[in-house]
Amino acid sequence: MELFIQQLINGLTVGSVYSLVALGLTLVYGILHIPNFAHGALYMMGGYVTLTAMSQAGLPYGLAIVVSMVVVGLLGVLMERLVFYPLRDAPPLHDKIAAIGILLFLEAFAQFVWGADYQTMPTPYGNVVTVFGLTLTVQRILIIASTVVIMMLLYLFLKKTFIGASIIAMAQNREGANLVGINTNKVAMMTFLLSGGLAALAASLASPINLVFPGMGHLVILKAFVIIILGGMGSIPGAIVGGYILGFSESLGATYVSNDYKDIIAFAILVIILTVKPNGLFAKEGH
Amino acid sequence: MAVFEKRHLWLAVLAVLALALPLLVANGYYLHMMTMSFIWMIAVYGLNLFAGYTGYLSLAHAGFFAVGAYTLGILTVKVGLPFWGAFALSCAFTSLLGLAIGLVALRTKEHFFAIYTLCVGYIIYLVIDKWDSLTGGVRGFIGIPAPSDIGPLSFQTPVAQYYLVLFFLFAVIFVMYRLVYSLTGRTYIAIRNSEELALTLGISTMKNKLASFVLSVFFTSLAGALYASFIRFLGPDIAYVTVMFDFLTYLLVGGIGTLAGPVVGTLLITFLSQQLQFLQDYRMLIFGPVLTLLIIFYPHGIAGGFIRYQAKRAEARRLEREANQTAAELAASRQGRDGRYVKEG
Amino acid sequence: MFLHVERLTKRFGGLLAVNDVTFSVEQGKINAIIGPNGAGKSTFFNLISGLHRPTSGTITFKGRDITRLPANERAKLGIARTFQTTHLFEQSTVMDNVIIGHRLRTESNLFDAILRTKRHRREEQACKEKAMEVLDFVGLTGVADRLVANLSQEQKKRVAFALALATDPELVLLDEPAAGVNPDETEGLEELIVKMVEGGLTVCLIEHKMSMIMKIADRIMVLNYGEKIAEGTPEEVQNNEAVIQAYLGGSTVA
Repeated sequence: MELFIQQLINGLTVGSVYSLVALGLTLVYGILHIPNFAHGALYMMGGYVTLTAMSQAGLPYGLAIVVSMVVVGLLGVLMERLVFYPLRDAPPLHDKIAAIGILLFLEAFAQFVWGADYQTMPTPYGNVVTVFGLTLTVQRILIIASTVVIMMLLYLFLKKTFIGASIIAMAQNREGANLVGINTNKVAMMTFLLSGGLAALAASLASPINLVFPGMGHLVILKAFVIIILGGMGSIPGAIVGGYILGFSESLGATYVSNDYKDIIAFAILVIILTVKPNGLFAKEGH
Repeated sequence: MAVFEKRHLWLAVLAVLALALPLLVANGYYLHMMTMSFIWMIAVYGLNLFAGYTGYLSLAHAGFFAVGAYTLGILTVKVGLPFWGAFALSCAFTSLLGLAIGLVALRTKEHFFAIYTLCVGYIIYLVIDKWDSLTGGVRGFIGIPAPSDIGPLSFQTPVAQYYLVLFFLFAVIFVMYRLVYSLTGRTYIAIRNSEELALTLGISTMKNKLASFVLSVFFTSLAGALYASFIRFLGPDIAYVTVMFDFLTYLLVGGIGTLAGPVVGTLLITFLSQQLQFLQDYRMLIFGPVLTLLIIFYPHGIAGGFIRYQAKRAEARRLEREANQTAAELAASRQGRDGRYVKEG
Repeated sequence: MFLHVERLTKRFGGLLAVNDVTFSVEQGKINAIIGPNGAGKSTFFNLISGLHRPTSGTITFKGRDITRLPANERAKLGIARTFQTTHLFEQSTVMDNVIIGHRLRTESNLFDAILRTKRHRREEQACKEKAMEVLDFVGLTGVADRLVANLSQEQKKRVAFALALATDPELVLLDEPAAGVNPDETEGLEELIVKMVEGGLTVCLIEHKMSMIMKIADRIMVLNYGEKIAEGTPEEVQNNEAVIQAYLGGSTVA
């Protein structure tokens, strides 16, 4: 029983990271209908920037994360302006290929600057506590808590601020939003800023556990795609719920089925879903 | 007879050069490199058929390449089948796998399709990596035989293998050539142009997409099987997504949706990669941005750009001809009116 | 009954795009569908040609229920359509675009193509001849070898017509054929549409240009907010109160 609860907590932790990444991805897809294949690279850069901020600039963990969120958020904006904006009228094939080009470049860049080795990220929250008879590292609690806080902040932002409302409007109808005077360019940039920030946060929270290395974005981004297809491309609650469902499935699957093949769980779920519902679980006909 | 355009003359020239190469260049290293690039070209033709002519981006093709390669390895080394039987079976098996996956994947729309195939490719990589007993996992798979003799022809030497691979490349290009100008090829292109329009024209998009997908997987598996038998050693990384992106880069630089694209792109990039050997691990530092810049500013690639240039020249010539004709007619009518050339007032 | 829709309804989530429309297309006549922007006309065409599934209601064509039939099957039965934005392959020649129009009447497959079988050669020839025939019908024989990108808007519309005609249809749905075309050229398109009907086809068209509609339409249906608000001859519709109300506040192109 203890093992079970331990794995539940593990699932919560993993799910939190997945949700954060999926959130960023779904925000971008929601308003621009672009599946940003380079999102994994943003995640990876988030990890490296935090690491560098801590090791080179000597910043404390929390501050380093904030720096990382800003830097990667800006990187996202750069991507939007330089790559996705020029391609807005091109066939969808081009968006994907362009994103892949960015992904390849950023990974090679990371390897060039920081090397290919797995690096550890020190954290002030590495100590272990005992809660209700369970042993947890504080880091895991931090991950779960931060995610909940961020999600609440995001919710407030989207519902209560003007820009937030603009994002939602644009997600529903880009043309219409433009027509009523919403500056769709600003909104696009804002969304990428958010998306990058969320990815950086997720990476920074997860890295003390999962280490930092150039390929760290691969698996995560693939699973994030599975999540948003599960939860509905563009749906925020879908990304959150989907992220946790996957987190739990993997955690329990790793323990009770097979650790080696736990990564397949995500893709197996995807295959099953798309086989039965080719347009995803929450398909809406027509845009 | 299908259209034989001037630019195809270049392909013929390259073909002759390719045939003559081993006689001109004795260097074993270059021979090896060319054989490898032929293998890549076959795989890229597979990708080109589907992405370039039917318009869907499949990210699973590196996976199919690996399946073709590993199946040949397993069938010859572990099951002990004779080489050519195993070869045919590998391609057949991978194509069937492609059919099964296509049946599900092709019911999804573009974005989902790309993501789905990306995941399929990853699953294949994972299975190859983890299923030690079958594939050797990370340690790799060794001992794959070179192609066995067909009658008097022996394929044990690098030169013989070069010609064998070249033969398959010619066959693939021939099939593509026949396909592209045929009714079937036109059907694929119609689907790529607008699936909605294709449907209203009575085209069964599902059947055609599926056929095109399976054929493209077949080509890729062919390349995989040849790879296995040429390199004689396999590792899971041939299924990894980096190989996929390599294919994509070759295709894009050469010209997606063109007949010459895969040849041009692969040759150019493998050549450049050789020159930039010192960058080996970091070639993506250059190729990444190149890919992105290409798709933004020059999505048609080298061959595609050339075709457009030709079309522009043809149109300019046509307009000039028309202008000259109009001027001539005007002059004639002025003259006709009273027998003399009258200046318009 | 040639083409008949009974209580056709299409709902997109919360939006009712087409609401309980019952309508018959008269064979051999020019039927028009008009209505203010957003009235659901294009959605209506999408339902008939099969690109959308109706939420409820039925569609019958030549006595056969085609409500569940896929779009490409409906094309084979004889329903052709054009699109508002022509969807033509701009980087190809006119001939290359129109050749594919006759494909649905051919049987050749992948193997026929690769092996260049007799069947393939025969069918390829048939498609070419059909393309020349329809290009001649729409008056574009002279531009057969030009890239679509280099044509004028009116010529592109004619190519779209030719493409639809190449499918050997019985019913042709024209979605705003005169959009973006100047008044002189509009007359040319009007003549072409009348010529099509004189040749035995049935036409159903969506248009905003009232002059065109009033001149050539035999029967008109008016949609507003997805509902049918009027139906009848041009005279009847012109004087219909509900129609006049619907258009007030919008703009009509003379």
